[in-house]
Amino acid sequence: MSTTAERQAVTGAAGAAPDRDWVIVTRGIKREYDMGGEIIRALRGVDIAVKRNEYVAIMGPSGSGKSTLMNIVGCLDTPNAGEYWLNGQLVSAMQDDALARVRNKEIGFVFQTFNLLPRATALANVELPLVYAGVPAAERKRRATEALEKVQLGQRMHHKPNELSGGQRQRVAIARALVNDPSILLADEPTGNLDSQTSEEIMRVFEHLASTGQTVIMVTHEPDIAAHARRIVVLRDGTIASDETQPQFVARLGIHAPQL
Amino acid sequence: MPFLEAVRLALQTIRVQKLKSFFTLTGVMIGVMFLIAVVSIVEGMADYVENDFAASIIGTNTFYVARYPNFQDVSDEEWRRLQRRPRLFAPAADVVRGALPTGTYRTAMVNESFLPATVPGLRPRSVQAVATEASYFEIKDYEITQGRAFNAQEVALGARVVVVGSEVATYYYAGLDPIGRELRIGGVPYTIIGVIAAQGSVFGFSLDRLAVAPVTAPLSRVIRPRGDLGQIVVQAPTREAILDGQEMVRGALRAFYGLGPGDEDDFSLSSSDAALSFFDELKGKLVLFGTALPAIGLVVGALVIMNIMLVAVAERTREIGIRKALGARRRDIIAQFLVEASTLSILGAMIGAGMGIGLAKLIAAVTPLPASVAPWSLVAALVVGAGVGITAGIYPASRAARLDPITALRQE
Repeated sequence: MSTTAERQAVTGAAGAAPDRDWVIVTRGIKREYDMGGEIIRALRGVDIAVKRNEYVAIMGPSGSGKSTLMNIVGCLDTPNAGEYWLNGQLVSAMQDDALARVRNKEIGFVFQTFNLLPRATALANVELPLVYAGVPAAERKRRATEALEKVQLGQRMHHKPNELSGGQRQRVAIARALVNDPSILLADEPTGNLDSQTSEEIMRVFEHLASTGQTVIMVTHEPDIAAHARRIVVLRDGTIASDETQPQFVARLGIHAPQL
Repeated sequence: MPFLEAVRLALQTIRVQKLKSFFTLTGVMIGVMFLIAVVSIVEGMADYVENDFAASIIGTNTFYVARYPNFQDVSDEEWRRLQRRPRLFAPAADVVRGALPTGTYRTAMVNESFLPATVPGLRPRSVQAVATEASYFEIKDYEITQGRAFNAQEVALGARVVVVGSEVATYYYAGLDPIGRELRIGGVPYTIIGVIAAQGSVFGFSLDRLAVAPVTAPLSRVIRPRGDLGQIVVQAPTREAILDGQEMVRGALRAFYGLGPGDEDDFSLSSSDAALSFFDELKGKLVLFGTALPAIGLVVGALVIMNIMLVAVAERTREIGIRKALGARRRDIIAQFLVEASTLSILGAMIGAGMGIGLAKLIAAVTPLPASVAPWSLVAALVVGAGVGITAGIYPASRAARLDPITALRQE
């Protein structure tokens, strides 16, 4: 895990491409929305640096700007000001189609509402990122099958989402997120629609992924879920309020460290 | 996204949304169906006129000498001028015959009209009565299946004999040998001496309700009470010889009528070409009107597809958001919706083409109209189908492609 000093060093060097260890570096990111004449300042200068293999939770109450940050980190949106370097590329300056490429290659999304195509089988859903990556059909099928087997859904790959349980759906989404070997797994409230037992199950999958070297960024408003990460960043009013290790976070909030 | 992938996706969407797809198809399907049917029937008629009509009604390599031109629109003024032309009489036929080299050109005087024919005890029926010379059978290339044609002596004598079409023979003497039996035409009794092989029909007009008698028989007086001639038909040995023949006949007749160099002809020479060019003009109009209506159908079809695609974009906003989040570029989304719209409309066009061929065949079977499916019309149908789909798909597809993935994903 990165140290505070390292992070300050890399986020301070404006304009310089970070070295290969850093997957995510943001420097003074600002994002404003014009809501019918009223300017909403969702992010007011956010510096975040995430090294390869880190497992980071971004926490904050609603309105703290965590969704905006997650959209920018996920390359679904671009900042009004500041730099965003993702895996050595300056994505904050990119246009629509270039961002689509980056999303396809570098980011694996896991959403609260799963966002699977309802009429497509689990296999077809997992193949989708590979379709847009231009992978030939046979290889696509092989890799999608492999990804589904990794999340223990090898038996259910020809089922459609409505024939699967919530936990299974989220595992399909995880398989889809990982099938293209992304630099980061970006999860937005991944347990928001799941009961606590299933949530634990998904957290175990994340834990396993993190322990095998996958960089994981998880956005959540639940401290219990955030406490699964090795590092917890808390946002408040569009700025970073705290950036702690898991033991620090658990101790400060007085909650139990999760046992998986 | 590769093209085949887009087609596969489109077919999958169509399969999943069967009813909606069907309604989308319908507009294009009906448009193309009528387009194919109309074009097939017009083509069929054209084929028929060019290959059969000219030969069976007008005769091969023939032209006619008559008082008035055939197959032409004339103004009232023109008609009054034509009325001042002298009538055609038998001596003119001798002039025509004399003007042409013997042995290669054939000529025959012809009077024809529809007249009631009867046999005592049977209801009178209208037949195409022809009073002519023996050479007429050669000109028309009639095959005599029973008995014989009349000969030059019978023509010279004005014998009351008649050669009938197969339909006439079976109507009056079904199951009997008609040879030697009587047939009354225009009130005058004739003896049937021959039966002509079945010729079929043109546009529902039977060529076998025919009765041919010598031009000297009383039939001519019934058809033309003034005793003049309807027309003189001339058959040239080849198609190219028609014009030569016409010029020889024109020169001889102008001398016969005593026309000066500046005078207009006071007779008309018309060939099957005249009839064919008249038909070509008619065909042009038929194709124009016949395709204008289905074309309107196709425009409606395009609007329906556009509307349905817009609804599809609205309904599938979330799907588009997911696809964009997973890396679909604008062009991928555009390709998806364009291919979907074109696949739908090409499918509709293909079904419509099939139904159009069926409709054309059905019309050909139950009505006298012929039908012939032109291969180009099938190609045109597919091109039209794809064109309609692409045109109708562009706007909805570009709207889909411009969707913001964040807003699209948030949509329920």
